[in-house]
Amino acid sequence: MYFVKRLIFAVPLLLVISALAFALVHLAPGGPFDRERAPASPEIERAIKAKYHLDEPVWKQYLQYLNGLAHGDFGVSLKYRNHTVTDIIAQGLPVSMLLGTLAFGFAMGVGLPVGFFTAARHGRWEDYTGSFFSMLVVCVPGFVIAPLLILFFSIKWKLLPVGLWETPWHMILPPIALGLFFAGKIARLMREGMLTAMQSEFVTAARAKGLGESRLLLKHAFRLAVLPVVSYSGPMLADLLTGSFVIENIFQIPGIGVFLVNSSLNRDYTLVVGLSLLYAALLIGLNLVVDFAYTLLDPRVKYE
Amino acid sequence: MNNPVENPESGADGDLTPGQPASGSRLSILEPRQTSPGRRAWERFRRNRPAILGAWYLVFLLLAIGAWPVFLKIMGGTFAQMHDPDQLSDTAFAPPGAQYWFGTDVHGRDVFSRILYGAQISLLVGIVGAMVSLVIGVLWGAIAGYVGGRVDNVLMRIVDILYSLPTVIFVIVLITTFGEMLKQSHFIASSPALQSGLRVVLLFFGLGAVSWLTMARIVRGQVLSLRTRAFVEASRALGGGPVRILARHIIPNVFGVVITYLALTVPAIVLYESFLSYLGLGVQPPMASWGTLIAEGVGQINPIRIYWWLIAFPGGVLVTTLLALNFLGDGLRDAWDNKSK
Repeated sequence: MYFVKRLIFAVPLLLVISALAFALVHLAPGGPFDRERAPASPEIERAIKAKYHLDEPVWKQYLQYLNGLAHGDFGVSLKYRNHTVTDIIAQGLPVSMLLGTLAFGFAMGVGLPVGFFTAARHGRWEDYTGSFFSMLVVCVPGFVIAPLLILFFSIKWKLLPVGLWETPWHMILPPIALGLFFAGKIARLMREGMLTAMQSEFVTAARAKGLGESRLLLKHAFRLAVLPVVSYSGPMLADLLTGSFVIENIFQIPGIGVFLVNSSLNRDYTLVVGLSLLYAALLIGLNLVVDFAYTLLDPRVKYE
Repeated sequence: MNNPVENPESGADGDLTPGQPASGSRLSILEPRQTSPGRRAWERFRRNRPAILGAWYLVFLLLAIGAWPVFLKIMGGTFAQMHDPDQLSDTAFAPPGAQYWFGTDVHGRDVFSRILYGAQISLLVGIVGAMVSLVIGVLWGAIAGYVGGRVDNVLMRIVDILYSLPTVIFVIVLITTFGEMLKQSHFIASSPALQSGLRVVLLFFGLGAVSWLTMARIVRGQVLSLRTRAFVEASRALGGGPVRILARHIIPNVFGVVITYLALTVPAIVLYESFLSYLGLGVQPPMASWGTLIAEGVGQINPIRIYWWLIAFPGGVLVTTLLALNFLGDGLRDAWDNKSK
């Protein structure tokens, strides 16, 4: 019941977000046609603006946009005018989603074991090195690690392709470059969660009962410790699935992250609002999934 | 009134003028019995080796940033010219060596000098941007938490909505909007120095304006839980007004959390600034920040020659600085928040 209510509440929230995104891009000076190659004569510019209703007041434009939205029409991109927003998303999103999923898998696959292991060896040298590296990795931005990976793995040692997104070989470096930061974050959350869980009373009770240490950590502490990771993974997935400008730009990947930055630079009103809605919908949906997963993992959690 | 010296206790508050030694001695009597929370936090912080190392690294970096231009002035002659961050020369792409410690870039400029030069902007934006986010976040969160009710509901829904908006869009729109507004005023257009300076101010506010959301949530949560605590109730029962309660009880208690989160906001904003400068939205060419330096290095990637120093050194300094700031922030958190230990 609670989740149905939240799903219903998501609709007005998305409306507000679309209005906000709409208002924000219109607030910025300049228009989508400022960067066209040949400066058009005033008449032509007026005609183009009239065609896309840009000469009308903003609230009217928004109502028209909403009207289109109600019919499932996200409008035509104002920059790439022979593509609809739906087209652009349909082309780029699968690529970004694959990249994001691989990065997510990498982040989880590395982050969880590292976090678990460092906590299990709390206070020893394995803990210090592991914790140091997970902190280090959190501090390395994508635009530093991606070029370095390319320089060494692709150009110097010629092991992997420099860019593009075609064969599985192309799909090794970008997910690593994208997922490294999140792997560090997850490792830190996991370690912190494990340390807290190991101090909790039910773990002490299980230990007193004579449960083996590895079984104790894996079966009892882990379930509690993984909860912060689960709640972090909602927003993280929303970020990963909508693509990363930096990684897609450096590796020349035809995803959707590039559009998110370029559309707001170009004042491509329809594309900005469409992508904002996509991001917000993903975020809301994933947070819902996360909260639902919470109730399964932790029986104490009940939503009203 | 007749004999104030004989009875100092009862009249202490009314009779003593501020700054008289009596009030100081009263404190010193208490000191051996209990150490202040601030002092205990400092003791815990001092034992945190990564945090201390981070702090020393930052001190060292700040010294280097300040001392390097002075050092060049003193040395003068060819040495100063060689290491001038803006001096173009024929020795483009010199690899790191004895002459150019971090190599030279495409225009033959000394990368080492440029990193220290760019550090000014990166760190300044980080610190001032964090301050901006602090002011907005604390005010927003404190009002929401203290006033409560409908006001709280509206303020926090706004935060929720802003959270669901992609930050990139938000920050790009903010920066371009304010940028255009500034460009249009004649006074600013007349001076290029003023223009590039304002670009930096723009980054302060643009980045501060998108980074306050978490701060607002944290402060609200704290205020909300403090508001119902016994000592606040007691103060209210004794006739304390909202101003007194906020100033004497709530704000001092929120302070530790705020400082801690502030220390963690600085690296986040430094990172965001370098990202924006990497996109070309941050500081403009005559100026440099770590982001623009890295972007220049990425622009030089080609399949024939590897100019790794153009990325590795600016990137390395950025990463170590972020690391130091994060260790410092973590240390502060552990020191203040003794519940988590």
